[in-house]
Amino acid sequence: MNFDFSDDQKFLRDEARKFLEAQCTMAHVREVLDDDKKSHNETVWKQIVEMGWLGAAIPEEYGGLGLGMLELCVIAEELGRVLAPVPFGSSAFFFAETLKLAGSEEQKLELLPKVADGSLIGCIAISEGPGEIKAGNVATRLGGGTISGKKIPVTDGDIATHAVVLVKDGSGESLVIVDLNQSGISREPIKTLEPTRSHATISFDGAAAELIGESGNGMALLDQINDRAAVLLAFEQLGGASRCLEMANAYAKERVAFGRAIGGNQAIKHKLADMYVKNEVARSNAYYGAWALSSNAAELPEAAAAARVAASEAYWFASKENIQTHGGMGFTWEVDCHLFYRRAKLLAVQAGSPAVWKEKLVSALEAKND
Amino acid sequence: MDFNDTPEEAEFRAEAHAFLSQHLKPKTPGALRSGGREDFLARAKAWQKIKAEGGFAQITWPKEMGGRGGTVMQQVIWGQEEAKFDAPTGPFAIGLGMCVPTVIAFGSDEHKKKYVRKALMGEEVWCQLFSEPAAGSDVAGLKTKAVKDGDEWVINGQKVWTSGAHYSDYGILLVRTDPNVPKHKGLTMFIVDMKQKGVDVRPIHQASGGKEFNEVYFTDVRIPDSDRLGEPGMGWKVALVTLMNERLAVGGSPGPDWKEIMDYARSAGTISDQAFRAKLADWYVAAQGYKLTKFRTQTALSRGETPGPENAIGKIINANHLQDICNSAIEMQDHFGIIADKDEVPSDAIFQESFMWAPGLRIAGGTDEILKNIIAERVLGLPQDVRVDKDKTFAEMN
Repeated sequence: MNFDFSDDQKFLRDEARKFLEAQCTMAHVREVLDDDKKSHNETVWKQIVEMGWLGAAIPEEYGGLGLGMLELCVIAEELGRVLAPVPFGSSAFFFAETLKLAGSEEQKLELLPKVADGSLIGCIAISEGPGEIKAGNVATRLGGGTISGKKIPVTDGDIATHAVVLVKDGSGESLVIVDLNQSGISREPIKTLEPTRSHATISFDGAAAELIGESGNGMALLDQINDRAAVLLAFEQLGGASRCLEMANAYAKERVAFGRAIGGNQAIKHKLADMYVKNEVARSNAYYGAWALSSNAAELPEAAAAARVAASEAYWFASKENIQTHGGMGFTWEVDCHLFYRRAKLLAVQAGSPAVWKEKLVSALEAKND
Repeated sequence: MDFNDTPEEAEFRAEAHAFLSQHLKPKTPGALRSGGREDFLARAKAWQKIKAEGGFAQITWPKEMGGRGGTVMQQVIWGQEEAKFDAPTGPFAIGLGMCVPTVIAFGSDEHKKKYVRKALMGEEVWCQLFSEPAAGSDVAGLKTKAVKDGDEWVINGQKVWTSGAHYSDYGILLVRTDPNVPKHKGLTMFIVDMKQKGVDVRPIHQASGGKEFNEVYFTDVRIPDSDRLGEPGMGWKVALVTLMNERLAVGGSPGPDWKEIMDYARSAGTISDQAFRAKLADWYVAAQGYKLTKFRTQTALSRGETPGPENAIGKIINANHLQDICNSAIEMQDHFGIIADKDEVPSDAIFQESFMWAPGLRIAGGTDEILKNIIAERVLGLPQDVRVDKDKTFAEMN
């Protein structure tokens, strides 16, 4: 039994944590929060690019570090802990993984090295309106090598240089890659609950697009992409949920009411114990997802879904109860609790809400136990 | 990251599995708790003897005590393999897991000679007498008293929730020997002969309907001073050693899980219900969380590390999970779900049976609330609860 990260991976985690705690502080996050014009923190982004993390799971022949998915999971958790206000997930979890999964050799050779060196920022554009997007209800359409339609919201859509876009293609759906710096595309930043990660509406009007994967296979491919991203997002969520518990714990020991630290009251102790239990359940499920992802296991669909459901629940619970533990202070703009509450919600609904993943999980279990 | 044994672990697992296959039948799916059968004790004693002779009883005990001199990891592996078979182990879990190790740690050479081998060979059964009607979570507040009379102690009082007391030969008994000091400091541990005069064992009629635990009354029971374990007043420290020896939980969940309720919902045609599907996903996540957290613990053991109090999460998850699943299964059966007759109700009434067992699971061996306190205090480092009796003598508080 070796259900844990290796010593090398733990070393990477420790180094990443040291680096991010020094270089990506809450002050860096707040620079983006308090400035409507800032889509991300450029200083932090530049340093992360220099660390080579974007290419952690990109093979060396495509310009990456060629480490692996477990290493990318480790980095995801650390980025989640510090609420990194950068488009890392969009570029590394979605765009690069799409290319690795379905890109032609030519596409991989052209684009992956640019993801790895930060000269390209990728994103994924799926949503068009409220509710889960499903086969048959995609309005953005492909025809004659160009696409037209509107995607809203696109996480990191205003700073990305390239997007993977889900489009209607004849009677089915396909995924295409679009260079966002061309005429025929307009982008508008959009106000969201999570201002430390930028979002945009992207309108396509005859923009040149290139198929990735087979025509008509878009929904199946998107499922596979989301399974991979779900594990990585789960680690990012786990990092945030762990920080919420740490914050609540520190405050409960320091805040005095009725003559003693509030953390001595069972109402608070049990709340924090509940957080701990949910976080551990999320961690164990995330590790299983990491194992399935890194070993290309047949169990990936249910492992990814379970990781995602557990992590979304843990982060939701930890972020809301962290505010509650902080009392009135927790409801101020100056105290950081709300930033985790905001990020928790973004990560829970990006790539499918918990309800969507619960349904995926049950479908996978049914298929498996037929 | 993988789920493989090391070569040494694999070798031990194969050896354990071969031994088990030679002597036992694989567990039949759906069989839950095999306690309650009339021949259960005789079967358990016979199996314990076979195990001991085969060198698989008490894996971690030193060889001179009749153990295997093995590692905790080997014990975990043995537990996993044994759980795959219809092995009647219940009557010895507490005695060999907790009581006899306490005798080994604090008993005299005569004690060890007299008791250890017989317990190991399945000839004598032990029970643990700590809890009392007024001392459950706060067991150090117990009231059963022992008064010194020459070379003997005279015991009067009542214990409760004693598993297996009705078939036990001996017990380890925690009593109050000095009420004029704070509660933890006035306790003493003894070995007690359960078959002697003045020991009255009465089964408890549980809320679930079964009678698997007992009350034990002590009326002027005399114990020689030579059967004391540890110094007078040191009983709490001795008890902590007993509790530390609590076996690592190695089995699966103790009743129907997500798979059973999914199978039932499919057969009943209710699987398409959206609310049910969302809950099923949550149950799978919780069950996996429990199983995979144990894998992480096992990994730590395999690396020679000692798992800490974070293990408390297992029982919190598991007991609530079971209760929730059973409740939903019964409600899914609508009015019919109230039937507890195995011949009438689907799935052999496993949901109904565990529905009544689950409340006990949330209490036995540490209530949900005590386990959350343990996590809060020992893992998260939060302040201890207010203890108003801390600096007062037991007599002042009672």
